[in-house]
Parts: sequence; C-alpha cells; structure tokens
Amino acid sequence: MTALAGTGALTRLALRRDRIMLPVWIYLIVIMAASTVSSTKGLYPDVASRAQLASNTNSTPALVALYGRVYDPTSLGAVSMLKLNVLGAIAAAALSIVLVVRHTRADEESGRQELVGATAVGRRAPLTSALTVMLSTNLTLAVLCALGLTIAGLPVAGSAAAGLAWGGVGVVFGAIAAVVAQLTAHARTATGYSFAALGAFYLIRALGDASGSGGPRWLSWLSPIGWGQQFRPYAGNRWWVLLIMVAFAGVTTVVAYSLVSRRDLGAGILPDREGPARAAPGLRGAVSLWWRLQRGSVLGWTIAFVVLGAALGGIASNVGNMVGSQQAHDFITKLGGEKGITDAFLATDMVFASIFAAAFGVQAIGRLRAEETGQRAEPVLATAVSRWRWAAGPVLIALLGGAVMLLLTGLTSGAVYAMQSGDGAQLGRLAGAALVQIPAAWVVVGVVVLGYGLVPRFTSLGWAVLVVFLLIGEMGPLLRLPQWAMNLSPFAHTPKLPGTTWSATPLLWMLAIAAALVGAGLWAFRRRDLTS
Amino acid sequence: MNEAISVSGLVKTFGRTRALDGLDLTVRPGEVHGFLGPNGAGKSTTIRVLLGLLRSDAGIARLLGGDPWRDATTLHRRLAYVPGDVTLWPNLSGGEVIDLLGRLRGGLDPRRRDELLERFELDPKKKGRAYSKGNRQKVALVAALASDAELLILDEPTSGLDPLMEEVFQEYVRAERGGGRTVLLSSHILSEVEALCDRVTIIRKGRTVETGTLSELRHLTRTSIRAELAGPPDGLENLPGVHDPEVKDGTFKCEVDTARLDGVLRRLTEIGVRGLVSQPPTLEELFLRHYQDDLRENGQGGSPGSPGGGGAEAGSR
Repeated sequence: MTALAGTGALTRLALRRDRIMLPVWIYLIVIMAASTVSSTKGLYPDVASRAQLASNTNSTPALVALYGRVYDPTSLGAVSMLKLNVLGAIAAAALSIVLVVRHTRADEESGRQELVGATAVGRRAPLTSALTVMLSTNLTLAVLCALGLTIAGLPVAGSAAAGLAWGGVGVVFGAIAAVVAQLTAHARTATGYSFAALGAFYLIRALGDASGSGGPRWLSWLSPIGWGQQFRPYAGNRWWVLLIMVAFAGVTTVVAYSLVSRRDLGAGILPDREGPARAAPGLRGAVSLWWRLQRGSVLGWTIAFVVLGAALGGIASNVGNMVGSQQAHDFITKLGGEKGITDAFLATDMVFASIFAAAFGVQAIGRLRAEETGQRAEPVLATAVSRWRWAAGPVLIALLGGAVMLLLTGLTSGAVYAMQSGDGAQLGRLAGAALVQIPAAWVVVGVVVLGYGLVPRFTSLGWAVLVVFLLIGEMGPLLRLPQWAMNLSPFAHTPKLPGTTWSATPLLWMLAIAAALVGAGLWAFRRRDLTS
Repeated sequence: MNEAISVSGLVKTFGRTRALDGLDLTVRPGEVHGFLGPNGAGKSTTIRVLLGLLRSDAGIARLLGGDPWRDATTLHRRLAYVPGDVTLWPNLSGGEVIDLLGRLRGGLDPRRRDELLERFELDPKKKGRAYSKGNRQKVALVAALASDAELLILDEPTSGLDPLMEEVFQEYVRAERGGGRTVLLSSHILSEVEALCDRVTIIRKGRTVETGTLSELRHLTRTSIRAELAGPPDGLENLPGVHDPEVKDGTFKCEVDTARLDGVLRRLTEIGVRGLVSQPPTLEELFLRHYQDDLRENGQGGSPGSPGGGGAEAGSR
C-alpha cells in the first residue's frame, strides 16, 4: 500500500485549500434547487396546470432539447425538475472537474506536487486524495440536495433520487477529468478537454431527447447527463441507473490509475514536440505574442460557435412543425418573442450564444492574470512594452473574438435556416440578431477587465458574475425577482431578435458602459503594482 | 546626475510589511555593481521598482536619467533584465522566446545570439515546459546578453547554472564591462561578486548597510592576530579597534579592525614579538557579519556601534 502513503494528509490539505469554495458551491446548488421547487409550487399549484406545462414542453422539441422531458406530468417534483435536473447535473459536473484537475494536474504543473512527492507520499496518493475529495463532495451534495428538496415539500424518495442523480453525474465527470488530467501536461488543457466532454455529452443528450419515436432516442443513454435525467426523480425513481453511473465511473477511474503508473511526474501521455529554433517574423509584439498564446483557444471556441449556429439553424427549420398544440404555441410565445414561434426560439437561443461569447471573453481576460501570477508578464513588461499595450492583447481578443464568434453563429444559423426554408432573407435577419448580442457580452468583458485592473484576484469573479447573470435570466422570472434585480443583467437589455421591433438605445448604452469599464480597468492596471 | 542608477530613501510597503525602508543605491556608468543581502532583504523589490513594475511609496529613484515608473517604456529600450526565477511560456520554444524578447526590446544581434547559444550549450528548439531550471535561466541570459542594451539588470542570474556555465557567464559580463556597459548584479555567490564587481552595495531589511569598492569594504572588517609576546601584554586590550582579546601563556589573540591595524602592530613591537600569525579579512566574513545582524541585535556580538560588531561569530565559522 506504499503507493497510497500520505493520501490522508493530502486529502486534509485539499480540504483546507477548498474550505471556502466547496461550501459556497454546494450551498448555491442546494439553494437553487429548494427555491426552484417553492416557486414552481406557486406557479403551478394544481395537477391541471402542471399537466398543461408538461404537455407543452414535451411536445416542443426545442425545449426538450434544451432541458429534457417531464416524465410525470402530475408530479410537482417532476415538473420542478424540468430545468433543475440539467442545471444541477452541469453544476455538479463542473465542480467535480474543477476539483479533480485542481488537485492533480494543476498541482503537478506548478511544481507543488514535486515538493510534496519527495516526502513520504505514494505515487497514487495525489490522484486518490483528489478522487476522495471529489467523491465526498458529491456525496455531501447529494445528501444536502435531497434534504433541501424534502424540506421544500417534495417526497423523500424522489428527493433522494434527484440528489443521487446529480451526485452521480458529478462523480462520472470527476472520473473523466481524472483520466484527462493524466493525458495532458497542462491544467488548462485538462480543464478545457473535460468541459468539452461535458458539452459534447450535453449535445448528445439533446439530440437523443429531441428525436421522435423513430429517431435515435438511444443517444440519451450514451450521455451521463442523460443518465441523470433517466434516473427520473419523482417519476418512477429508477434507482438502477445509479449502477450505470457507478460502473462507468469505476472503469474510468481504473483507466486513470493505470495511466498514473505509466507516466513520469510532470509529463502527459501525449508527447512534447520540438519547436522552431527561431521566432517567425510575425512574432514581434505584445499583441502577436498574445495571439500566439490564445489562438488555439480561439480556434476551439470558433468551431463550437459554428456548430452551435448550424444546430440552431437546423432546429429552427423544424420548430414550426414540431409544436403540438395551441397552448404550446402560446407558451413558447410567452417565453420570449411576440411574433413567430421560430423567432421566439431563435431569440432565446441567441441569448445563450451571447452568454457563451461572454464566457469566452472571461476566459481570455483570465489569461492576463495567469500570465501575471505565472511571472511571465514581468520579462515582457521589462522590455519596451507599455502596460497598455500588454493588456490590450487579451482585451482585443476577448472583444473582437467574441464579436466575430457571434457573427459566425448568426451567419451559420442563418445560412442553414435559409437553405432549409428557402427564405434567403433569413441570413441577414439572423446575422443581425446575433450582432445585437455583442454589447451585452462586451459589458461582461468590461466587468472582468475592471476587476483585473483593480485587484487581479478579482479576475476569477468574472465567472461568478456570468453565472449570476445567467441565473437571473433563466431563473429570475420563476423566482419572481424584482424588475430592478433582473435589470442588473446586461443580457436582459438585449433586444429579443429576430422578430420584435427594437431600439438601438439600450445597445448604445451598453457599448458606452463596456467602454467605460474597459477604460477604467486598463487605467487602474496602469497604476497598480505588478503582483508576483 | 549622470549615474546609471541613483536611488535614495526608497520606501515600498506591502500591507504591513515594509519591504524597502529608506534604501540607497548608486550605480555609476560602466561599472559592474554587486547588489547583496540576505533572502528577503529587498533586492528583487528594488529591482522591480527600478523596472517600473512596482510603484515606490517614497524616496527618489532615477534610472538612466529617467523616472522608472513614468518613463518605463522608453527606458526599457536601453536595458535588459534577467529575472531570478525565469518562467517560460510552455508552448514557445527557447529560440522563439529569445527572438521575441529581443524584438520587444527593439532588436538583437543575430550573430551574437548564435554565438551565445553555442557557448551556453542551449538547444533553442525545445519548448518552454521541457527546459530545466538552469536552461530556462540560460534562455533569459542569452536574450539579455544578445541585446545591445546599455544597462543589464541581473537578479541572481546564475542560480541553477553549473560551474562551467557560471564561468561562461563571468566571461561575458567581463566583456560587457570592457564594452562600457553598466551591470547591476544581484547575487549570493561571493566568488562571482569578487570576480566581477567593481563596487558592491549590501542591504538588509530594506536598508543599505554598506556600500563601496571591495577594498574599501575589506577595510571595514577585521584582521585576526595571534602573537607570542616577549613581555606582558600591558595596554593591548584597551587599544582602539581591538576586539575579543585573550591572553594565555604569553600568547595574545584578538581581532583588530583593519583600519586600526597600524596602532596595534606598533604596540606589539614595543612589547616585543616572538611569533606572529595574522589572517586577512575575507569577504565571507564581511557578508556574514551583515547577514547575521540578527544575532548582534540579540546581544551576542561585540560592542554595538563598532563596525565589526558580529565579526566574532563570523570568524569562528
């Protein structure tokens, strides 16, 4: 058992480092679950109203693709789970990925693990302690969520199933992250690949759930997020699904362990290649350095946006035919736009594209902080590169990159929709609908730049801000937040295009606010000490 | 005002910590200036202020005739910097980093670059993540030495280099001095300082405690003397500059401030000397004396105020 020596000490160290992050994250998920239930209870008090919602949702593939189905139209729990199931699963998965990468590859890359590894710590101890922390976190999450849902007034058995479904999805993605962290030499790549897997599994489930009775419905069973939904809390509680999750996580963990014993400390499985002996003529300024550092990530995001656009265009072409009833028609109309169902669907999803573009921006600005704390900023700023110029790179990439990605989403979705519907005008309409999303995303970028300029530690708060804006938009109406609170989110001020009349005023305001935030952030950065 | 670097009364605080507490530093053009002090004394903080990466709270700092904070960009064209802890971009090759840093500074000599790569035996094709600590240090050194900057700021540049490479480094720094460039060299390696530096500044807890040429500083330390006397050692113990006197079986042992050596020797010859052993001061002694000031503050050393307060501990090591 010497390979496991020191696991206990490492686990305690990990828990000590995460003593704030873990409780906050778990608390937020539990609160989100419990408050959703109580507001669902208020909005859909009787069986008839729930059945109405369920049949509307289940007959609208676009909604099914986003959130999944309601499996028991009479049950308050099953109706509450509509959005909650997928959101909770993604939250648990994201938490697990972050935890595992943070305590395996990130520690190894920074050299901390070498320091620890030279003491009486076994070869498998770091992975084991990371998995222990991840597993106990998901267990705690499952128990507390079950408790919270029960207290909110739902049946105990279903609440336990819901908690286990989330915890199970979390454990599965934690195990996936454990494998990915062995493959790549860098924490950032490991996190990126793991989240890409999360996104891919979400899409697979969306395709499976949205297909008709003759279509590839089995696809949902290939996705851990699909398993979470097929657990069917409050709608049959299929406990045996937990076995699939445990089996998958078990096999994946075995793979991770076998990779650990095959590789050197600090190395990935994928080999390092040689680079050029001389820099290309283009690599000559701070901005070109930033482009070199971020082009891979820009390319990855761009591909994701184009795929998203094509998927949106494809679904949009069918939305009109897929809506089952007049009530469903009214329902989806209420969701967003005023004109057509298709437009309403597109307008809703364009907001998501905007949120993704903001996420890209938050990540791009985050690199400023990573370079600064990684002490790679210092040698560059000791040359004839001003602070402005150095910080301008990620800011430009975040702003222009986000804008280009949104435009591409609009163009691809417009092109696909135009081809399928035979209406060429859709290309311009959807490109326009994507372009109006730019200012809101830029405001988020501005907030992060300001945070970075003031206190670099605040940069990672960008993610929290983005999640809060997302929750305000998604859950705000359900939770009956006051209007002023909903107005805090820039995404609330974006015109719901295509299909509605709109004015440029809010867009110009947001552009002005974004410019002011970016300017203030850069000014503050120019005046502060470089941290190291 | 033609000093390359002139700093006086520099103060920098981080929260409650006073990292620099009235530091003075003067580097003349064309000299190699050693910058010494125990860990945490404020060497890197001073360098970061000089590079405009940190903003001083009080005091004056001038670099190449400009203000290091306000004129950072223009001043940086004229200097090259090697950090003490070099981190490279994991996916850029060493050659790319050298070229990039050179271009950001305003150009580098390609012939000199190739020569340096060969002398330092550095493979420029490896990616940043694949270099060892010593090799990362070489990447930064090559980038700095291949530039035509008039001022080199080197923060413990040879940490991680093997003795052979240390030799190459010293050779190049000597050549730099010959070419009229100014070098600020922060270092812990005494042989390196002794071999390269014209003048040194020793700092401790954010203050300058000693500055001058090496021979001036040597003067400030003590020579240890052991004399077999012909007569009784009357009056020797009370001579100015004598520390830790000890008389045993006609042998007199003491430490003498080097500046006061003359008077002590005169008195010794008056008494009559049968045998004499004297040990010249070493730089180590000088540094250790300053590095060990905490011991002195705890009252374990000689009389306060005398320049050689803690020399006894230093000498006995």
